[in-house]
Amino acid sequence: MSTTIGRSVRPTSPTSPSAVGTGPPPEPGTSGVPDRAGPLPAGALRAVGRLLTAVATRTVALLALLLVWEMAPRLDLVDRVFLPPFSEVALAWWELLIGGQLWSHTSASLVRSGAGFGLAVLLAVPLGLLIGRYRPLADLLNPLLEVFRNTAALALLPVFVLLLGIGETSKISIVLFACTWPILLNTISAVRTVDPTLLRLARSMDLSPPALFRKVVLPASIPTIFTGIRLAGAVAILVLVAAEMVGARAGLGYLINSSQLNFAIPRMYAGIITISAIGLLVNHLLLTVERRLTAGRPDERG
Amino acid sequence: MTARIELRGVTKRFALRGRRPLRTRDARGRGPRPDHTVTALDTVDLTVADGEFLVVVGPSGCGKSTLLDLVGGLTTPTEGEILLNGAPVTGPGTDRGIVFQQYALLPWRTALGNIEFGLETTGLPRRERAARARDHLDLVGLTGFGDRHPHELSGGMKQRVAIARSLAAGPDVLLMDEPFAALDAQTREGLQEELLRIHRRTGRTIVFITHGIDEAVLLGDRVVVLTHRPGRIKEIVPVELDREGTDAASLRSDPEFTRLTHRIRELLHDEVALARAREREELAA
Ligand SMILES: Nc1ncnc2c1ncn2[C@@H]1O[C@H](COP(=O)(O)OP(=O)(O)OP(=O)(O)O)[C@@H](O)[C@H]1O
Ligand SMILES: [Mg+2]
Repeated sequence: MSTTIGRSVRPTSPTSPSAVGTGPPPEPGTSGVPDRAGPLPAGALRAVGRLLTAVATRTVALLALLLVWEMAPRLDLVDRVFLPPFSEVALAWWELLIGGQLWSHTSASLVRSGAGFGLAVLLAVPLGLLIGRYRPLADLLNPLLEVFRNTAALALLPVFVLLLGIGETSKISIVLFACTWPILLNTISAVRTVDPTLLRLARSMDLSPPALFRKVVLPASIPTIFTGIRLAGAVAILVLVAAEMVGARAGLGYLINSSQLNFAIPRMYAGIITISAIGLLVNHLLLTVERRLTAGRPDERG
Repeated sequence: MTARIELRGVTKRFALRGRRPLRTRDARGRGPRPDHTVTALDTVDLTVADGEFLVVVGPSGCGKSTLLDLVGGLTTPTEGEILLNGAPVTGPGTDRGIVFQQYALLPWRTALGNIEFGLETTGLPRRERAARARDHLDLVGLTGFGDRHPHELSGGMKQRVAIARSLAAGPDVLLMDEPFAALDAQTREGLQEELLRIHRRTGRTIVFITHGIDEAVLLGDRVVVLTHRPGRIKEIVPVELDREGTDAASLRSDPEFTRLTHRIRELLHDEVALARAREREELAA
């Protein structure tokens, strides 16, 4: 929800990885990951208590929001037609789920954004590694990068539609385009900011360039590259939904837009909720992958 | 004793690119004139004997790290030549190991993995690498800490891992650039004794840079005092202390120890004062 959107607004400063992170890091006390319960029952009990507190802390704001959403229309604080109570939205969502429409729209969106996002990763990571490594290439491409990173992808949507039509190609392309920049810029800055003493060490050991790359530059860059990838995950959904509102016959963006046009307001909100949930899930998934790859990394030998 | 390292008339100048040139006076005091290079080292002649523990001290910015980089093959001299075992140094190699002040450990590898990293350019088979890494982990007194990642180690332990990594590759020469500067006093003293022990045991040639006068006398067979920029050799102070069988504490209370530290402090004092004056002059220019 708010976190997904808040994050997607930020990709303008990829040079400082901390600024493009996902907001505040989880505090140790409130982390959703349960602390490993000790063998002692007292320790286990305390761990369970901590977990419950953590869950409660994390859900209380969400529950409050849903409560306000439910009550505000019922108390006539807002127009019920434009903001139906949450329960009605939930019902509409359930009907969409049962009817199968929800899945067909969601899968259409996921395929498009997944394809665009995946292609962007495959394209931008190697390109970024190259640009970050070779100064002349960076000098050559830098003006271009500056122009594109400062051009809102959605502003180019009409161009994509003109060139590629309103079919899948243009939608996947715009996602690919939008996802490329955060990944590319973060990858470049990752390679550039590898600890210089590590590079000196590698040089003093007379490491060959491929070995230097594989054993030092790449592993050192992974955390920052992943920040870019996570950012791109959010961008993929944002851009796709907007693209689907322009010309599409399926997809969550289409569902939201057409529901609004047909005045099926609960359905519209059902679509919005689904997108929020997907945004959260994608971010969580990417975070998990990132943790696997970085924290307490297994020792790479050979 | 044979010469392990020889510096013959080594001068190193760096080009100052895109910066305001320093205004320097030449040897006869004429000037100031704009100068687009900075001379880090000026005609340095130095011979390090095989198995010697040579310590280099000098004011900040006098070219100590540059000297180490030159021997390590990370940079080339502008003039003069550097010989290692009689042959000119052409680049870096596993015959020299460098220990950096900032440890330079790979954070994604364990202690053992980091030591093995030092062996991966040697062409040793994997099994042998693992065994050798373990031996060197023991050598620096970290038995049992092999599976820890650098963030789980204290500063002193990290530097031990770095030393083990450099030693594991079996270099003839160990080059150490202020390796203990970032450590607290207790840890530093522990590591100094450890290093002396390792030096005795392995007989490696060590070039050791420090700002600590006490450390210099404690460790060095000879202490080279450099002048402020451009770095020239001001004096080489031989340290004739009988370290065999004595601990650091009793060494420090030896009158000869006090005399040597006093001598080096005097030598450095003038240079540091000159360096300060120079810096002020440059700022004002
Ligand atoms: N790559 C470089 N380009 C330009 N100037 C350099 C370069 N490396 C070193 N210098 C200059 O050469 C001089 C000597 O530097 P060096 O790092 O060797 O000093 P140092 O004695 O190690 O100083 P410290 O005690 O502070 O570590 C300094 O004036 C420094 O600014
Ligand atoms: Mg230095």
